[in-house]
Amino acid sequence: MVNLPTWTALAPTLLLALTAIILLVVDSVDPDTSNNELLAGIAGIGSLAAAATSAWLITGGTGLPGESGALITFFGDQLVADQMYLFFSFLIASVLALVVVASYDYMREHRYQAEYYSLVLLAATGMSLLAGANSLAVAFVSLELASLPSYALVAILKRNRGSVEAALKYFLVGALSSGVFAYGISLIYGATGSLQFNDVAQGLSGGPPAALLGVGVMMVAGGVAFKTASSPFHFWAPEAYEGAPAPVSAFLSSASKAAGFVLAFRVFVTAFPLDVVSTTVDWVIVFQVLAIVTMFVGNFAAATQEKVKRMLAYSSVGHAGYVLIGLAALTGGSSDTFVLGSGMSHLLVYGFMNTGAFLFIALAEYWDIGRTFEDYNGLATEAPLACGAMTVLLFSLAGLPIGGGFFSKFYLLMATVNTGTWLLGAALIINSALSLFYYSRIVKAMWIEEPAASLEIDSYPVGLYTAVIVAAIVTVLLVPGFDAVSSTAESAAALL
Amino acid sequence: MVAIAALLAVTLLGALGTFLVDDRHAAKFATAVSAVPLLGSVLMYYVYLTEYGGVGNALLAPGDIAFRQAVDWIELSGFTLQYSVGLDGVSMPLLTLTAVLTTLALVSSWTPIDERQSQFYGLMLLMEASLIGVFAALDFFLWFVFWEGVLIPMYLLIGVWGGPRRKYAAIKFFVYTNAASLVMFVGFFALVFSLGDSISTLGLPEIAQALRAGGALSPLAGISVDQLKLLAFVAMFFGFAVKVPVFPLHTWLPDAHVEAPTPVSVMLAGVLLKMGTYALLRFNFTMLSDVATGAVLAIMPVAIAAIGVFSVIYGAMLALAQRDLKRIVAYSSISSMGYVILGLVAFTPYGVGGATFQMIAHGLISGLMFMAVGVIYNETHTRMVGDMSGLADRMPWTVGIFVSAAFGYMGLPLMAGFAGELFIFLGSFGATETIGALAPLLTSVAMFGIVIVAGYLLWAMQKTLFGSYELETDYEINGAPFHDVAPLAVLLLLVIVLGVNPDLSFRMIQQAVNPILDVGGGI
Repeated sequence: MVNLPTWTALAPTLLLALTAIILLVVDSVDPDTSNNELLAGIAGIGSLAAAATSAWLITGGTGLPGESGALITFFGDQLVADQMYLFFSFLIASVLALVVVASYDYMREHRYQAEYYSLVLLAATGMSLLAGANSLAVAFVSLELASLPSYALVAILKRNRGSVEAALKYFLVGALSSGVFAYGISLIYGATGSLQFNDVAQGLSGGPPAALLGVGVMMVAGGVAFKTASSPFHFWAPEAYEGAPAPVSAFLSSASKAAGFVLAFRVFVTAFPLDVVSTTVDWVIVFQVLAIVTMFVGNFAAATQEKVKRMLAYSSVGHAGYVLIGLAALTGGSSDTFVLGSGMSHLLVYGFMNTGAFLFIALAEYWDIGRTFEDYNGLATEAPLACGAMTVLLFSLAGLPIGGGFFSKFYLLMATVNTGTWLLGAALIINSALSLFYYSRIVKAMWIEEPAASLEIDSYPVGLYTAVIVAAIVTVLLVPGFDAVSSTAESAAALL
Repeated sequence: MVAIAALLAVTLLGALGTFLVDDRHAAKFATAVSAVPLLGSVLMYYVYLTEYGGVGNALLAPGDIAFRQAVDWIELSGFTLQYSVGLDGVSMPLLTLTAVLTTLALVSSWTPIDERQSQFYGLMLLMEASLIGVFAALDFFLWFVFWEGVLIPMYLLIGVWGGPRRKYAAIKFFVYTNAASLVMFVGFFALVFSLGDSISTLGLPEIAQALRAGGALSPLAGISVDQLKLLAFVAMFFGFAVKVPVFPLHTWLPDAHVEAPTPVSVMLAGVLLKMGTYALLRFNFTMLSDVATGAVLAIMPVAIAAIGVFSVIYGAMLALAQRDLKRIVAYSSISSMGYVILGLVAFTPYGVGGATFQMIAHGLISGLMFMAVGVIYNETHTRMVGDMSGLADRMPWTVGIFVSAAFGYMGLPLMAGFAGELFIFLGSFGATETIGALAPLLTSVAMFGIVIVAGYLLWAMQKTLFGSYELETDYEINGAPFHDVAPLAVLLLLVIVLGVNPDLSFRMIQQAVNPILDVGGGI
């Protein structure tokens, strides 16, 4: 086998960035282009290439320690290309690929297509970079690279008032949380004298001022909670997801959330190791509270919604709560690898099922059938294939064993049992049971209710259909193939 | 052996294929697909009879499980999950029953199902695949995947193709069974977590053996071993009892049956109810036999037996009060499944063996009854006793089989129902070591259920089938088409064959059941 140069370990991010630049070049050569095929084609190939490269690098063992026992790092340990980076790059690029394929139909009639595709690619570049960030400075820069295009994406339908309003709310809360996050970074720098995660951890042993460090850690946790749409900073999420075009909601609620979590995993596990900081700032307790509150808030709010998209938005808050178990059940002991790995596995499975579900909403918006549960009545008589795929996705989100969601939730449950955090496990079970109630409302509407007389579907967009069905197929295949996900996630978690 | 994997693969792929087939061809296509698991399982049954004479219980003597296949699937923090399947004398007849009933139910769908056919037939095949998996799986997770996999097609089958109150019935079914699954799941995993390091896979055989060996459990979260066993037993019993169903968890069943289209009722009564009793046998009575026999809490077997007997009488009384033929058969299913509970809790060779045999017998007979009611409905478009009379003149074949089936239900000798009930009564009458001094009394009360069955069936038949011909609805009756009557005839034939020669199934059932009793209660 050919020995590739070291920088190729960052290939997923580089490919995404390159694709974004190509799209910008195309746009500048022909500013008025609305050549949807070309633009979506470039974006699709770029994202698929990034996903395939990540998967290939993982199977090739790139993210594992080399012969010298060291991981591949760049710029003096500012960036690290370990398995976790590749795992999340794969996740982000896969979600991106689905979203781009779906956007081929969704964005066809809209203006600013080149801008749209380059913005999603840029945001994905930022998220992928965030997955490899190994210092607070890089983390902040890539967080902004991911966030700024997202604000614009939410508002991409600039004549749609809902869309613009959502973007403004998202931007204001986002800017505030960026400020909080940056301030937290400065406090941590003040307390430890460094920004690089490992150096921060070393700086802790010198007995830094506890108050300074504590406030800093809390502020960083706040920034993370915003990015992952966890309580108490989840308020922007339902607004933004509902107002944004559905493919953008899919992208934000899956990829952006994953990126927020990888940052959280890295910062808290690497920079603030439990055994050192547990006496000064025991962040596990913070995350335990956050996890439980987020689960209940997300699921109970979802259960009371009348609009499908808003329901999914709240359910994605609930799922953030499940993933938080990956941090909240950490003990500093030998089970940590499994705990963290379970959180990562759930994010990956969730990435596919949630993206698929939101893209089904995109399909419904494309058909313009309405937003409430009643508007979905009898949809299966007109579009049985898409509704079948949606049914699989929803039941998997609820945790029935017809999709990978069952296993990833069960892994999280095992994580709570292994570490004795029973309360988290009980909350997980209660909320999963509750979620079946509201997810099955859509299933009931689609299959069992009578269609309204006005329900008529005249086109079956290939791109949206492909994306929804592929997402459903992957979700189902993750049942027999879950081992590949969980073992990769665990070996990635073991490297932190 | 890849026999079971092949059955699963053909049925699953056939189901997916059916979804894509045009509505006009879906019925024939699905029926043809279902012939593969049918022939396959009959062949396997034959091979089992000839080759696996001495196979014991799949959970307790895993050395000689028939058609065994095990492939590692997932590594889960200390446990290996496996794709692990195999059959013994309990699951082999149930698997064959599933394949037989599915094909016949598909044929009986040709007349009544006239919309969204490819989806209907696809879902039926999907359900068949899951049912095969439920009975063949020997790994908990695999089993659970299939177990839940049965619910979703059933939910949609009732909800989309059902009668006027289908929405209510479908939701009720879904809520009841999912809540039950959750409770069962939590109960089972309390056991698994308590077993801790003493098991390395989640294979049902390994768990069953570890539990029966004793001493493998350790206290969990401050709950002592005995309490834990008791809690797990109750949780699992609750979870499975909803499926059976026993009083007072039965209310979803009449609604589901009445609203479901005939072929779906056939599957529901014929196979889905048996999932509950099968799981009770595998989990509660095999793994936690000491709780089931009263070694942990002495009142337990008496309580369960009382629940079973009460279900027998209560179900029969409710049937007595119905006018809808389908409701009559539905409530009488509750009654018949009560016998199974009584047989299981007796924990004697004839009790447990008879209960298992009754699962097969009741599967055939109740399937037959529902199908016959369906055929009558197809012609008359009513199921109400009193809306019709004298059908015997107009549809002699259907009515002839219906009457025979009803006598089978009442326990006519030389029909399968008689054998099953007789075995159960033989087993439970003297089961004083488990049920205690009340055993003869409870058994006698249960026997009285048969009298009530005879009462309502004879009354209903007399009203509808005999006398002068009258029909309230405006339909012309010309006798049912051949493809409606043929499945009835096949089922009746099977009922008689098993009634004349119960050993065709009972021998293998006994071989599989005896190891449970040997190790456990010691009677």
